[in-house]
Amino acid sequence: MDYFAQQLINGLVLGSIYGLIAIGYTMVYGIVGMINFAHGDVFMIGGFIALITFLILVSLGLTAIPVILLVVLLVAMAITALYGWTIERIAYRPLRHSFRLAPMLSAIGMSFVLTNYSQVAQGARVKPIPPLVTGGYTLHESADGFVIQLSNIQIIVVVTTIVLLALFTWLVSRTRLGRDMRACEQDQTMAALLGVDVDRTISMTFVIGAALAAVAGLMYLLYYGLVDFFMGFVAGIKAFTAAVLGGIGSLPGAMLGGLAIGLIETFWSAYFSVEYKDVAAFSILIVVLIFMPTGLLGRPEVEKV
Amino acid sequence: MTAPSTNTAKPATGILALLKTAFVNALIALVLFSLMVGVRTEAGSDGQLTYWTRFGELASLVAAVFGGSIVIDLLRQWIGPTGTEKLIPPAVQSGMSFVGRYLAPALLIFTLLVPVIFYDQRYILDLAILVLTYVMLGWGLNVVVGLAGLLDLGYVAFYAVGAYSYALLATNFGWSFWVCLPLAGILAAFWGVLLGFPVLRLRGDYLAIVTLAFGEIIRLVIINWQELTGGPNGVSGIPRPSFFGIPLDNSDDGLAAKLGIEYSTTHRIIFLFYLILALALLTNWVTIRLRRLPIGRAWEALREDEVACRALGINTTTTKLTAFATGAMFGGFAGAFFATRQGFISPESFTFQESALVLAIVVLGGMGSQLGVALAALAMIGGFELFRSLETYRMLVFGMAMVLIMIWRPRGLIGHRAPTVYLTQAQAISSDLVKEGHG
Repeated sequence: MDYFAQQLINGLVLGSIYGLIAIGYTMVYGIVGMINFAHGDVFMIGGFIALITFLILVSLGLTAIPVILLVVLLVAMAITALYGWTIERIAYRPLRHSFRLAPMLSAIGMSFVLTNYSQVAQGARVKPIPPLVTGGYTLHESADGFVIQLSNIQIIVVVTTIVLLALFTWLVSRTRLGRDMRACEQDQTMAALLGVDVDRTISMTFVIGAALAAVAGLMYLLYYGLVDFFMGFVAGIKAFTAAVLGGIGSLPGAMLGGLAIGLIETFWSAYFSVEYKDVAAFSILIVVLIFMPTGLLGRPEVEKV
Repeated sequence: MTAPSTNTAKPATGILALLKTAFVNALIALVLFSLMVGVRTEAGSDGQLTYWTRFGELASLVAAVFGGSIVIDLLRQWIGPTGTEKLIPPAVQSGMSFVGRYLAPALLIFTLLVPVIFYDQRYILDLAILVLTYVMLGWGLNVVVGLAGLLDLGYVAFYAVGAYSYALLATNFGWSFWVCLPLAGILAAFWGVLLGFPVLRLRGDYLAIVTLAFGEIIRLVIINWQELTGGPNGVSGIPRPSFFGIPLDNSDDGLAAKLGIEYSTTHRIIFLFYLILALALLTNWVTIRLRRLPIGRAWEALREDEVACRALGINTTTTKLTAFATGAMFGGFAGAFFATRQGFISPESFTFQESALVLAIVVLGGMGSQLGVALAALAMIGGFELFRSLETYRMLVFGMAMVLIMIWRPRGLIGHRAPTVYLTQAQAISSDLVKEGHG
């Protein structure tokens, strides 16, 4: 039971990270109707920028952890958001009225560009950092000595995710930008006729998605203490699985799907086999798409002639 | 990465506006590259990360973006807005069609003569075998992507199934290549049906992701099922193919001894060359013949409009399944050939990159054009060889090329297809006129 509770905590933390990435997939799919294959690599870039900013801040002599975290978060979000914007401008916008598979293929190309760009720029080796946030709380200690730990990093990850999710829900449901986004999602031509700047709204979607991916990158860096140039691929597919599981196009669905994938992966590793955890995640993707293509909270898609 | 230079949607008019756009692009590039390029991190000997600055590289990249932005804008003004219909003079057009008609036979004759011309150049023969392997893979995937319009990102899975089928059957039971070759194809086709049956109801991009996941699952299973596949160590000691039972070695029953000629290792290479050429041509021939059968026409109809297909009474699931299985079978053949050529296979050869490379060949070739795919394979693999010295930059250039091809010529190099059904006379239609269906 204690082991189960500990895995539950670990799974929720991992799920929060997946959820943050999944939001980027789900938003872009909702508005543009394409799978942004490069999004996993944007997450990786976010992790790298967080790492580099952190190194610079530490070497400048900053010691206050909250200040460092805040600055790293803001810098990573800003620069990664610019990456998201640039990617959309270069690789997707010219293809908006091209044939169906063109943006997808362009996105695959962009994913290769980003992966190899960071390999060329930062080297192929894994980059570890010393644990930045240490300590934690012991929630429960059983008679046989098994301890349920809740580390401070886990608290930071979950709290940040909740705060961002709240902020983001407010943005989509209450602000002008959010209204524009929902309008574009329903009917781009009509939205344009009613004075919505479609190009700008789509750009902003990519910017927000990339910023959230950067947060996920930072959380990953804090939680696992390392980044490498190839981490975006698998994390990207898993986050996409999360988005599909939650119902693509639905924001709470993405978070829910992320948590589900995180939990499934953690429990699978804990009770079955670590080697096959990725196989489990990918199999879920296939099973969900076959039996429940609309996901948990998605709307059924009607194909019009 | 000079990519941000293509940021501007509208070409700037005045020289001032031009400079302003270039300046803005350079500024964006500065921010993008500031940390990723300007600062280099590396784990030191004690495991601690250290960093040093590279302002020189950063400055040159930003300058390149600035210059590139101006050049591209000028080019745009010079060529005029993209998307306008260009009038090709009839003389050029007839010349093009003349070249087009004789290019394929000429290329085939040249390919047949390659081992004669380059008999002493082992490197060129090896490269030619590699190119032909990708031509075959491209033609196999072309059935799925080009004809049936199903985006398959996990094609390498069938390649792996074929390779491992031959490797395991040959090393464990000692079966010969000629028995295993059809088996490898059948097994790959079987896996194609197994995967295809549940997922082919999905729409285009969902299907893409599912096939990608399937490819990864196959690779992960190969890595982890160590008792059967040897895991990351792979399978080694895979037997070389024989000339229909006669071994190609230096022994007394070898082919060289039987023919009474002096033995040379080049014989085997040349045999492998003609073997893959025959397999590739078989793929091509079957594809061309299938296109003329009702099933092939159903594939192409499916690519154009799935809903219309259903309305006409075509069973879309069966049609998609046959396309998937046919493509997978050719992938399996190519995999068996790969295993016998290499003599050693490991999961590293079957990564997503491989799938993307084959897909890029099909896309660059114009999705559906057989000649285009062959030329694209030649260009891609040849290009990879040219960039061999720049190992790390290779995939970077590959990714950029994929994005640029999509922007510049989304329909590939040879973007027109000859229709298989026509009323009075065959007329090549530009694929720009062919609408993509919702397959």
